[in-house]
Amino acid sequence: MKFSEIWLREFVNPDIDTQTLTSQLTMAGLEVDEVSLPSTEIKNVFVSEIVSIAEHPDADNLRVCEVFSGTENLQIVCGAKNIRVGMRVVLATVDAELSDRKIKKTKIRGTQSYGMLCSEKELGIGDDQSGVMELPQEAPVGMQISEYLKLEDSIIDVDLTPNRGDCLSIIGLAREVGLMNGLDISIPSAADLNVSAPDTVKVNLFAGEDCPRFVGRVIKDISPRAATPIWMREKLRRSGIRSVDPIVDVTNYVMLEFGQPLHAYDLEKLNGEITVRRSKKGEALTLLDGTEIQTHENSLLIADDSGPIGLAGIMGGQRTAVSKDTNHIFLESAFFSPLSLAGKARSYGLSTDAAYRFERGVDWQGQEQAIRRATELLQEIVGGEVGPIINQSDEVYLPELKKVNLRKKQIRRVLGVSIEDEKVAEIFSRLGFGTTAHEIEEDFVWEVSVPSHRFDINIEVDLIEELSRVFGYDILPSRTPSAYLKMFPANETIISTKRMAGHLVSRGYHEAITYSFVDAEVSRSLDPKIKLVELINPLSKEMSAMRSSIWPGLLKALSHNMNRQRGRVRLFEIGLCFSQKEKSKQLSISNIDQRKRLAFIASGLRDPENWASDGKRMDFYDLKGDVESLLAMSGDQDQFSFVRSASLALNPGQSADILLKGKPVGLFGLLNTDLQKRWGFRQQVFLCEIDLFSFANRKTAKSKEISRFPEIRRDLAFIVDKEVGVSDLLALIRKCSKKWLVELTGFDVYEGKGIDSKRKSVGLGLTFQGASRTLTDSDVDKIIEKVVSAIKTEYRAILRE
Amino acid sequence: MATLENILERAAAEISAADSLVALDETRVRYLGKKGEITQLLKQLGKMSKVERPKAGAQINDAKTELTRILEQRRTKIESNVYREQLKSEVIDVSLPGRRSSLGSFHPITKVLDRIEDFFTGVGYMVVEGPEIEDDYHNFEALNIPAHHPARAMHDTFYFSDELLLRTHTSPVQVRVMEVQEPPIRIICPGRVFRVDQPDPSHLPMFHQVEGLVVDTDVTFADLKGTIVEFLRVFFEREDLKVRFRPSYFPFTEPSAEVDVHCVSCNSSGCRVCSNTGWLEVMGAGMVHPKVLEYAGIDSEKHSGMAFGMGPDRLAMLRYSVSDLRDYLDNDLRFLEQFK
Repeated sequence: MKFSEIWLREFVNPDIDTQTLTSQLTMAGLEVDEVSLPSTEIKNVFVSEIVSIAEHPDADNLRVCEVFSGTENLQIVCGAKNIRVGMRVVLATVDAELSDRKIKKTKIRGTQSYGMLCSEKELGIGDDQSGVMELPQEAPVGMQISEYLKLEDSIIDVDLTPNRGDCLSIIGLAREVGLMNGLDISIPSAADLNVSAPDTVKVNLFAGEDCPRFVGRVIKDISPRAATPIWMREKLRRSGIRSVDPIVDVTNYVMLEFGQPLHAYDLEKLNGEITVRRSKKGEALTLLDGTEIQTHENSLLIADDSGPIGLAGIMGGQRTAVSKDTNHIFLESAFFSPLSLAGKARSYGLSTDAAYRFERGVDWQGQEQAIRRATELLQEIVGGEVGPIINQSDEVYLPELKKVNLRKKQIRRVLGVSIEDEKVAEIFSRLGFGTTAHEIEEDFVWEVSVPSHRFDINIEVDLIEELSRVFGYDILPSRTPSAYLKMFPANETIISTKRMAGHLVSRGYHEAITYSFVDAEVSRSLDPKIKLVELINPLSKEMSAMRSSIWPGLLKALSHNMNRQRGRVRLFEIGLCFSQKEKSKQLSISNIDQRKRLAFIASGLRDPENWASDGKRMDFYDLKGDVESLLAMSGDQDQFSFVRSASLALNPGQSADILLKGKPVGLFGLLNTDLQKRWGFRQQVFLCEIDLFSFANRKTAKSKEISRFPEIRRDLAFIVDKEVGVSDLLALIRKCSKKWLVELTGFDVYEGKGIDSKRKSVGLGLTFQGASRTLTDSDVDKIIEKVVSAIKTEYRAILRE
Repeated sequence: MATLENILERAAAEISAADSLVALDETRVRYLGKKGEITQLLKQLGKMSKVERPKAGAQINDAKTELTRILEQRRTKIESNVYREQLKSEVIDVSLPGRRSSLGSFHPITKVLDRIEDFFTGVGYMVVEGPEIEDDYHNFEALNIPAHHPARAMHDTFYFSDELLLRTHTSPVQVRVMEVQEPPIRIICPGRVFRVDQPDPSHLPMFHQVEGLVVDTDVTFADLKGTIVEFLRVFFEREDLKVRFRPSYFPFTEPSAEVDVHCVSCNSSGCRVCSNTGWLEVMGAGMVHPKVLEYAGIDSEKHSGMAFGMGPDRLAMLRYSVSDLRDYLDNDLRFLEQFK
């Protein structure tokens, strides 16, 4: 809500400057977003009068005026069409400063001009540049325009929370300012005028729950040519509302002043009676702004005998709208319940000042007052014959004045401090809340009467909030954290993601955060079978599906960096991934899989470029080293195994699934060539992704006794087929060896010269050690014999001597 | 015994001329070896008379001792020369960088989350996470935001269906905890949240929140103030940080407050970061609304609660002088590498 400070001060005028005022508002919970000025500084611009007008000797569309500035007559060359002798105008004299220029003495087509007559736009207070701005005849010639237009003002923009609908008006804000400064506010009396026309319109309330009160009035024979006075236009402008015509301007003005939205109908276009009712589905209505809508079911409508004439509380219809030819009007000042309008404007894609106010709650006792104020203002501006006030109310549904109890002990319970009884009573009285005190069940209780404009006060804690707000949050006590703690067993089987992240960081990976929503197509290009969870209202196609893998995000981040000449990239991310569980048809929270995963991506040189690095690019085994070091953090790396992956995203020859006790929990490998090309990567890209729950059941270490006896190491080399996995050889050796085998490593793999091209040589190191005695060569020889014969038979292997 | 003196003189000259351990050893052999000159002299002692023998023997032994001493002296000298030469030959350029020394980095938001978690776990809070795809009930309804509540307009929401959505805050995690855990409850809920917003320097459709919740028998607004003030002073490492609580409104707390701190960028003298107000809005907070407790099956007459929420993205901006939120999601290495 934007408003002019001067306007506010018409109702309550504390002796404080603008900065104190805005800080008071902010500290009262009405956060001031911005303070701006109504115009740039304007100097040497005066209310003036045109004394004479003559043709310009050398230009057809220019005229030479003599203008009285209040002190002297000045010759001014002017091109505007709307000037006439005797007109009060805005004169910028030589040296005047306007928003976009400084005025100088100048010759226009050979004729000297000592200033400029300004349009609204040139003055910087409006858009109108059709002619010079006309001031009323009573404007005092010679007065500085900044004084005349009260430009020494501040426009205060308050960001109101949804509960404070009562502050969506100057009077509502004035009430708060009064409260904070201990001042009463003066509300325009708006006494009713003499009724001079008998005309009424019959109003039927067919939806009393939604509209329990409808106040109306006919005003006849208004003067259609009248213009909105400048003071009103200026106030509206400073509240961000554009002046339209006197009738619309008055309805807006009263809305800003009292918070009660009003609507004016052209009486001659109304057909018969007015009915407030709920809509059927598909009723056609053209709104004021030309939008054609088909109503939804159960929207609140205003209709006449020919059909809908407005979306109640949101926007009127075009058919009955006032125009510059309107002679008679019917004013509406209704109360629509917040619930009946909640979300309605939005459902039609509309957002209006009226709906905004009704949704948040308008004072249900303020309709007559608002219509009287509007009548008063209209009388001043457009005249007319005033009809009687029509007040159609449905008493059953009208809200009641609320009474809410506040227990004394509850104040202490919520705020941590007691507030003196007198102080409580004083605060409520300043708020305009009535109180009566009772003793109930050994407690002191205030029965608080809530004024009708405070929609937000319904329960005890609402009162406590008001109390604390007025009392001052900053004065309320503060207690440093302390507690009787319930301590929970520290679970060592869970490894923190922090430690895993730290591990990857130590290995040179940078943590990334990428969007949880990705391009569905990209997702499918990596995993065509996945059932994606897709948004109904995504920001864009590229952000339409919840990620089923972190890879799309990491690939994008990789691409971002590669496009910036970064050849070596290591990134990781930890976060949730989403998919629909198999067989699920209906989307529900229980059939969406939301699983935390860790993923990383690596590309480029194995080591950062350096005088000592070998300049080699990373390969599958570099990636696998990172994978295995991570898996080792589970405390039991042996529970994981690797099999060739069937992932379509990865190169089938250089990718593996990670199995945990035989079940897939992740995969890693080389991005396939197709995708590499599609992403425009000019080098190999390696990826890994693991379900974090794989690490959930970490083994708590159990220390084994360390043997005091010497180790015996034997190295074996076999020639086997290329297809034979070294891990299979190792597994077989473990199976054949007794508990004495303490270490086993494949230390050499060789293909090439000297070996059959379909075969390879594998060097294996076996280390034996006894727990309770020194092993002899013959102990070890027996095992070696068994190992060699098993491998020979199983894998057609040849032992290299 | 002129010979002995001669021998000694000659030997001393040769020893001091020896410039390597090998040469020195050759000299030693020449005089003290099995066939060395001194050894020879000793062997000739037998041929001397009993009278001469002891004196000559003592003289030769003295000469032998003396020779051994200067040999040792020379050896030490040569060894230390050799060592010095070796050290000289081993000099390398220690300014060259080491091998494979690439340290990665933590995302600035993670760093901020860690700082927040460290504080709160230190005072007995548990860290709880929850689903990012939520239902309407937990994200809105159970937090006292019924359908069409004007507060929903502040939560522009991504939907999957009428009922399913991307959580707009991490408060639903609090609801889920309250549903299953009896008070006392002290938790913080960090995580990603989502709102329909086009990315620009100060908005992202995905950002982070940490929300805290305490439910116990005697939790008051004073606890809320105390906890938040302590946290902010610890977080910003400023003992004297000015913190201000300002009345505000959230449907799920009452009384509610916005929390401002003195601008940490300009010390409240007014700058671009605080839009010249001297204050920075850093948190929202309040006492848990009785309806929210009741939705979760907690008796609001017995228990009370406090809740607070903050945005790590914004806190990271302040802490690390990040000026554009989009930097967080670009994952440009030049940005990330700064946060070791």
